Amino acid sequence: MSNVAVFDQNAGIGVLAESPLAHVSGVKGGHTPGVVIHEKAFLGYLTLRGNSADSSFCSGVEQALGMPLPTEPLSLHQNQQKGSSIQWLSPDEWLIVVQGGTEYETEMALRTELSSHFAVVNISGGQTLLTLSGSAAQDVLHKSTVYDVHPRNFPVGKAVATNFAKATAIIRRPSEGTWELIVRRSFADYCYRWLIDASQEFGVDYE
Amino acid sequence: MFHIYCPYCGEHREENEFRPKGQAHIMRPKDPESCSDEEWADYLFFRDNPKGIHHEMWVHATGCRKFFNMTRDTVSYEILEVYKMGEQPKITAASRVVGGEK
Ligand SMILES: [Zn+2]
Repeated sequence: MSNVAVFDQNAGIGVLAESPLAHVSGVKGGHTPGVVIHEKAFLGYLTLRGNSADSSFCSGVEQALGMPLPTEPLSLHQNQQKGSSIQWLSPDEWLIVVQGGTEYETEMALRTELSSHFAVVNISGGQTLLTLSGSAAQDVLHKSTVYDVHPRNFPVGKAVATNFAKATAIIRRPSEGTWELIVRRSFADYCYRWLIDASQEFGVDYE
Repeated sequence: MFHIYCPYCGEHREENEFRPKGQAHIMRPKDPESCSDEEWADYLFFRDNPKGIHHEMWVHATGCRKFFNMTRDTVSYEILEVYKMGEQPKITAASRVVGGEK
């Protein structure tokens, strides 16, 4: 157990929370939209830092999260049961995404399990997550980033931090037909408008 | 446009994702108090500007955000190698003269 002052940053229900895309209205792209965009608002985000060469660190993370620490560059692990994930950001840094409201208990679980040199920071609210699906989702990504999103280079279970439009984003592929974009709060409006514009030719639904 | 291999991500990425950070392997004088003004100024302000082999630092700014080193030819712009922080270059101006020009 680490000796650090922590508190639950989630104000809970009863306090109005606003996603960075609270102001946008929906878009309907006809009967068979090529792209379907959906915001998963109010998820919990934690950054974890530590030494993956330390086996007690790896086992502690797995114990706390119920999924192994991704030590392979650019890999994404998911815990389907908890609806959570952890991705490699750099050799000593990972991003944990959990269901909204469970970020504090996740942080406490990590602090209970970990003892060596590590850091956990709750960064919830600093970004939001958009999912892209539909037959033309990959085409929209081709228009938006120079990173090669062809399946031969971007299999399921990969997560990449790269340039998106004129901003930066994390692009993830959690399953065969779904892409996830994690964008910074201050760029969310720009990325949303870019996506709607880039998706126009395929027909786009945003709910 | 460079196509740069990040030794941490283990992939080639577009130059847009990186930022150059100047000359590599600059050692801070161990005892600044005993430095001459010239030695201290050299450490702080003066950088090499070679024609040919240059060892420089880059940061993978929009990717893993790690610094690494690169050996680059300032004439042809060819990237000869990248290597992690703390490592030494395999290709140097001296090794190139001995080995002959490519
Ligand atoms: Zn990198």
